[in-house]
Amino acid sequence: MNDRYSRQILFEPIGEEGQDQLSDKHVVIIGAGALGTGNAEILARAGVGRITIADRDYVEWSNLQRQQLFSEEDAKYRMPKAVAARERLEQVNSDIHVESLVLDAGVEELRELAEFADLLIDATDNFDTRLLINDISQERKIPWIYGACVGSYGLSYVILPGETPCLSCLLEKVPMGGATCDTAGIIAPVVQMVVAHQTAEALKLLTGNTTSLRNKLVSFDMWNNHYLAMDVQKLKKADCPSCGEHAHYPHLDPENQTKTAVLCGRNTVQIRPSEKGERDLEELSLSLSRLGGRIEQNPYLLSYSSDEEQRLVFFKDGRVLIHGTKDITEAKNLYYSLIG
Amino acid sequence: MKLIVNGASLDIDQARTIEELLVELKLAGKGAIVELNQEILDKSQHAETRLANGDKVEIVHFVGGG
Repeated sequence: MNDRYSRQILFEPIGEEGQDQLSDKHVVIIGAGALGTGNAEILARAGVGRITIADRDYVEWSNLQRQQLFSEEDAKYRMPKAVAARERLEQVNSDIHVESLVLDAGVEELRELAEFADLLIDATDNFDTRLLINDISQERKIPWIYGACVGSYGLSYVILPGETPCLSCLLEKVPMGGATCDTAGIIAPVVQMVVAHQTAEALKLLTGNTTSLRNKLVSFDMWNNHYLAMDVQKLKKADCPSCGEHAHYPHLDPENQTKTAVLCGRNTVQIRPSEKGERDLEELSLSLSRLGGRIEQNPYLLSYSSDEEQRLVFFKDGRVLIHGTKDITEAKNLYYSLIG
Repeated sequence: MKLIVNGASLDIDQARTIEELLVELKLAGKGAIVELNQEILDKSQHAETRLANGDKVEIVHFVGGG
């Protein structure tokens, strides 16, 4: 036994006992982007015994500015993010078990992932998957830690089934549209700030230091120098469909999921969001216009293309057609990178 | 009307309610959680809750990136 964890054991609230607990724990990280790689590195170094990291995407050059486990080699070879992350984590700590899964996390995948998990960490880039994580967490009574960021703004919250409000209580309705890292950019420090909040709470939870949990929704803007910690306990809803007295986990219902379909013979994928609602084409036009590329618009739809190969058509009823691909994963990547 | 929004002084043109303020700040439809003078509001109260000069408003909005 080397003294790899000695400084962490010296920290009294963790100690030998906490360290032993960490080595027995299994954390599932959903997403291996900026938040996923940040969370994974800290938890691997801390000695969490088993880490599973899942992602559907591959490494690109534009990731290297903030996605800390990846190298230029990974971008050159378009390594799947989950695999590249695992390989780096194994170099960082060979005493723990790291598992990588290259997959799109839907209901069945998440159910399997959650099977033996002590904690789920949200490192996704969209609300659809977060609401699935939220309902799986409630169904299986496993805590999860929300984290998100864009631009210089980030936020995080720990959701404890049976105790705190859940994401459905806080959101009520799924936001449609909004800025993403691909439309509004992102600076690395805000990623690190979100990761720091997520992993600090993770260490408390995993070592049984639950009385030290923050119990607040934190948000910060690191460019405009604002920091806020809000007590949202009062927003827990007794009639919440995800965590209330008669919870039925609506986001796990196939009817309520974002639907994708390859349109036969058209080299096109259709994505239909779960939430019914009108898409604000004006706002979308404004956010896409910053990317360059071509936007054409009429009262019913907006067409956007950044290159010759792919074109996205956004309808007012929420549907999106992605022309130029038959690959659902590729289509989803593009969709969530622009819509969030 | 002058408000303190997320710690910064802000001159508001049109908005008279929380809901209108969220529209003016382009935060409508983003699941925003609002505290008015340190009292957290349920989303159902946003439309009817009126603003007064000098009110302190804290807003957390949700984003999807990560």
